[in-house]
Amino acid sequence: MTAPIGVKRASLRVRVRRSFATPLNGAITVAVAAIAAAIAVPLVRWAIIDATWSGSAADCRAAAAGACWAFIGRKLPFILFGLYPASEHWRPELATALLLGLVVFTAIPRAWTRWLPLAWLGGVAIALGLMHGVGGLEVVPTQSWGGLPITIMLTAIGLVLGFPLGVMLALARRSRFPIPRALATATVEVVRGVPLIAVLYVAVLVFPLALPSGIEVDKLVLAQAAVVLFAASYLAEAVRAGLQMVPRGRMEAALALGLGRWQAMRLVVLPEALRIVIPSFISIAVGFFQDTSLIVIIGLFDLLNTARLAAQDPAWLGFYTEAFVFVGLIYFCGSALISRYGLWLEWRMAAARRTVHEAR
Amino acid sequence: MHARRPWLPAAERRAFSERIPSRYRGAALQGLALGVTAAVLWWLARNTAASLDRHGASLGFGFLSQPANFEIGDTSWLRFSPENSVARAIAVGLLNTARVSALGCVLAIALGFVMGILRLSRNPALSGLVRAGVEVIRNTPLLLLLLFLSASLHALPAAAHALEPMPGFYLSNRGLVLPTIAFSALTLWLGALALALLVARRWLGRAGWTMVTAAAIATALSMLIDRPVLQAGHLTGFNITGGTTFSPEFAALLAALVLHQSAHISEVVRGAILAVPRGQRDAARALGLSRFQALRLVTIPIALRAMVPLLATNCVSLVKNSSLAVAIGFPDLVSILNTTGNQTGHNIETMLIMTVVYLSLSLAVAASLNRYNAVLLKPGAQVL
Repeated sequence: MTAPIGVKRASLRVRVRRSFATPLNGAITVAVAAIAAAIAVPLVRWAIIDATWSGSAADCRAAAAGACWAFIGRKLPFILFGLYPASEHWRPELATALLLGLVVFTAIPRAWTRWLPLAWLGGVAIALGLMHGVGGLEVVPTQSWGGLPITIMLTAIGLVLGFPLGVMLALARRSRFPIPRALATATVEVVRGVPLIAVLYVAVLVFPLALPSGIEVDKLVLAQAAVVLFAASYLAEAVRAGLQMVPRGRMEAALALGLGRWQAMRLVVLPEALRIVIPSFISIAVGFFQDTSLIVIIGLFDLLNTARLAAQDPAWLGFYTEAFVFVGLIYFCGSALISRYGLWLEWRMAAARRTVHEAR
Repeated sequence: MHARRPWLPAAERRAFSERIPSRYRGAALQGLALGVTAAVLWWLARNTAASLDRHGASLGFGFLSQPANFEIGDTSWLRFSPENSVARAIAVGLLNTARVSALGCVLAIALGFVMGILRLSRNPALSGLVRAGVEVIRNTPLLLLLLFLSASLHALPAAAHALEPMPGFYLSNRGLVLPTIAFSALTLWLGALALALLVARRWLGRAGWTMVTAAAIATALSMLIDRPVLQAGHLTGFNITGGTTFSPEFAALLAALVLHQSAHISEVVRGAILAVPRGQRDAARALGLSRFQALRLVTIPIALRAMVPLLATNCVSLVKNSSLAVAIGFPDLVSILNTTGNQTGHNIETMLIMTVVYLSLSLAVAASLNRYNAVLLKPGAQVL
């Protein structure tokens, strides 16, 4: 979080002056500096100065004091791509790049056209095809998928499919008709009322029982479906809040202009509601990026799980801190980027609104 | 404009649907939705019945009274051994979830308040340091923090070489040992009475405070008759005896939940305090209150009204997040239900129990929040 929109951050000089405004403030500043130094100095020594950058586990143990980045270097392919065959690593690399490219493309407001869903459909199909192996590529079963592609796939597909589903649930929940309203309310409340782990367990342990005999659904697909449902429920509540904030007059004006109820909703009310809830979308996206790590519990290999397993390798026992710090950095950068993007988007919309007002 | 937007009102397209009166259209649509849902549910139920038949299993809660046949590492108030019933195992799990959640909520709100207020400090160094901590926690997954803390606690030295950061506090791979104060039964009862009276003082009318004071004095006197004893842990052989022991799993789970949720709560606290109109604070300062008094007596009470619903939802998410216990082997409700489901094959029933427990908690909190909001909206409402 940075300063709220429209509030300029104080310059460095002002901030330094404020830090020593009164004797008490000066004392607090000195104490804080001492605490920060007590944290930062050993951290920098551990992570950089005393660290071992290459070599074997024995080299790391000989150096003892610092971080063993050699371990991350050796285990990087496993942490990033799990059990995926080493000779085929260009495929998850390409698939990850493709999905990330789609995410970046989606982040550009100018790309928000009706071609965007098609781009996703095509991109995801290619990415999955690459991962699984089509057209002469060696087939790699989903049990061997792992690492970064899984984390990004679960998050991106979860949100992209969850979004239209969430909008539908929100509209149904605000419908004039009692039956869709009851169905949507029940779905959203039940899914939001239980932990994600419970939804994952139901998807993996109970749902297969409810399928006809002979049909087996891949565990990864089930987990993805659970994430989509979970995302849809949370997005639905956000959208519903946005719909409630759109003044009634908008709908009435649209109806008075001769639009049908659906058209008024789609062309007037919904766009405004979605704009209002962008901040909640962003925090939901950050939450989901992090929460996909829970699939560890049903035995799938996302980024966090591969890091955990890498640290359990008997040859490299004891270097779990490095593994967790490394994936922690990846999560941190991803989450921080999404939050930053959200702030930029809010700033951009506020600027657009200001221009409109000034034009009037 | 119309040419570029073909979906704007098109008379010929509307004509067909307009022919059916809207009353019937609605009914038909609803009937369709209901029918499709019922059909899907029926299909799923039929398939489930067939799969259960194939596995020779049947639905029912009879398995609850069978012996559990598994050990539970961490039991608190209920004793448990493998020959006890499944129902008792689930009760132990529920108690463990309740224990970690209750303690976690209180600590997370306390820490969140402190961090939220410190972030509003006018001293940039102080607010910056707190902000850095909050950002690190908010931008990394809870599970990562949990796994890291759990691994770190297990990597601590054995009990014989336990770390002693403060006298009476021991940290080892067996967990955390804290000193406890043992009160006599009489003191505990009187203390509980004093607390109950304190809560109920409004209904007691004018005598309320007198009774609370009397009970508090009686509690203090009982301590003179039967002195409370400080029980610190001490090293005997290879183990630490005495004091209260928290297992490494419990300690890791509690610490991770508190750190994670307090970072979120600090944002709630900060937002609510920032939302209090500046004029309120200025008026309090003009009346001669110090900055700290203005914060304590004016700003926070106003901010609290906006905060309470968000604090409650944060506590609910802490309870739900406590289900991550299963990842580090702490026997919470989810973990025990999962073990039972795997052992007995009654996954449907155990998932049903899980859903009912968490859902009733969420719905109860939602209902009481609605009541709270209703009370709040009444003019002249006295809150807290």
